[in-house]
Amino acid sequence: MATQVFSLPKTLKGDVKYSFCPGCDHGVAVRLVAEVLDELGIIDNTILSAAIGCSVTTYDFINVDALEAPHGRAVAEAVGIKRARPDKIVFTYQGDGDFASIGLAEGIHAALRGEKITAICINNTTYGMTGGQLGPTTLVGQVTTTSPTGRNLEYYGYPIKLAEHIALCDGTAFSARVSLDSVPNIKKAKQAIKKAFEVQMKGLGFGFVEILSTCPTNWKMSPDKAHARVRDEMMPVFKPGIYKDVTAE
Amino acid sequence: MVECLTDKKVLTKGNYAIANAAVLAGCQCYFGYPITPQSEIGEFLSGKMQELKRGYVSAESELASINMVMGAASTGVKAMTSSSSCAVSLMQEGLSYACADELPFVLVSVMRGGPGLGNIYPSQGDYIQATRGGGNGDYKLIVLAPSTVQECVDLTYKAFYLSQKYRNPTVLLADGLLGQMMEPVEFYDYPYPEIDNSSWALSGTKDHKARIIRSYGPLADDRCRFLEKLFQKYKTIEENETEWEEINTEDADIILVSFGSTSRNVKTAMKKLREKGIKAGFFRPITLYPFPSKRLAELSKTAKKFVTVEVNMGQMVDDVRLAVNGACPVELINKGVGIPPSAEEIVSRIEVL
Repeated sequence: MATQVFSLPKTLKGDVKYSFCPGCDHGVAVRLVAEVLDELGIIDNTILSAAIGCSVTTYDFINVDALEAPHGRAVAEAVGIKRARPDKIVFTYQGDGDFASIGLAEGIHAALRGEKITAICINNTTYGMTGGQLGPTTLVGQVTTTSPTGRNLEYYGYPIKLAEHIALCDGTAFSARVSLDSVPNIKKAKQAIKKAFEVQMKGLGFGFVEILSTCPTNWKMSPDKAHARVRDEMMPVFKPGIYKDVTAE
Repeated sequence: MVECLTDKKVLTKGNYAIANAAVLAGCQCYFGYPITPQSEIGEFLSGKMQELKRGYVSAESELASINMVMGAASTGVKAMTSSSSCAVSLMQEGLSYACADELPFVLVSVMRGGPGLGNIYPSQGDYIQATRGGGNGDYKLIVLAPSTVQECVDLTYKAFYLSQKYRNPTVLLADGLLGQMMEPVEFYDYPYPEIDNSSWALSGTKDHKARIIRSYGPLADDRCRFLEKLFQKYKTIEENETEWEEINTEDADIILVSFGSTSRNVKTAMKKLREKGIKAGFFRPITLYPFPSKRLAELSKTAKKFVTVEVNMGQMVDDVRLAVNGACPVELINKGVGIPPSAEEIVSRIEVL
């Protein structure tokens, strides 16, 4: 007798058109979040604080209640939701422009306060939705529409390493950086996302996952080449790993 | 500092009165960042909300606190933040989003001197900020202006109620004078019905399909329909919630219009003018939005002149002029910032108008 081993997660809506670009890792990341919510059995008790940027459309794809925050303020709104309804599982799904740039203060302070929320941040080294400008995670040397000869230190300085910074905050329960460039890494990414929700469910503190992701459209690369760039250029600078885990022995 | 007592008269500051009233109104979450002259609100609530096991965050900025209050409001609970002038400026983006998202909460704005950092003297310089807003797009905030510490209590209750009833942010527009001065005040139980928010609030999908509270509207036609609906709501608010106080206006030649703490000396000035045989009337908008334009227009048929008295460079005077629409002159007596002009000063300035 046939056994079904693969299906659409219940958390994902099946009847919508997905609007992410071909080869963009947002689709994989959203699916991983959906699988985790399924497996933890928390779909109907979870609230999403949605961000501005390519990540905003996430609420169109997943079956959870959602509030759309202004740019950079997804963590603050998540904090408000959680303080009002501590019984709910609350998470943000943001880009690096949202979390690492305009919303960095909210992220750091939520981590310091040990807010029992989960923040997922996509790092694709650029502002995707506005057409590929230099952002807080753009690599040194990287050409963008606002760093036409590449990111140089004189004008732009250095990119931020989010997972390490968040790990430094005493209220952080879990902070990790993962990559979606290969099947083994996608599996690790899912484990990290799951952990970031579990620490919230256990009331241990702030859960954070930075996901290295492709932006084939703005990088002007095929999906294959974009994933090769994640491996060859991003991962040596943004090293995947678990930077803090209060549940580890 | 006062405790959350009801049916008992206490002597307290406006800021404590507002904070205490918020607790009694059932405010479940408070988020704030310190700024003079309203810091006592956050100080009082920091202890009280923890004692009552309600939500409280000493936020990292006003950007954070306005967004935290929006987050809390999205779950249907009563929520509040408070701030002052230059820091309310930082909240304007959030207020625009909150109107678009139809999120109910209370913002207590205790005005100080401006523009910029200004100073910590009382001021009414944020009338335009409150009634017109600095956020983007078409939206309105319900704005209530207390003139006494007792009204700080009464209108805090009302602010929670109106925000919930109309799913719109509501501003309690006080000033440094009201915030800092002490008066006898009576607390009482929240007098309004509780509003059921279960049809729209975010609570997880156990009993409803996934809800999205959003302001993003990519299609022009959809956005037009949304704005028409939003402004239909504002029309209802204008028809039902406009509130003002008027004394001796029916036979008045000159009607003094003033709001908030400044109006107290103006009321005395009106009486002094009457004693001098000048037919003066007193008109105090209590809701600054919706503004009592209709009533002012009626009064402009019999009055010979309106004079607004404000502690700013002339802000509400524009609304009075719009209401009167040229039917008679509208003059301004003002000072830029500080303690409101005395009744005697107002009388003498009216005599030379």
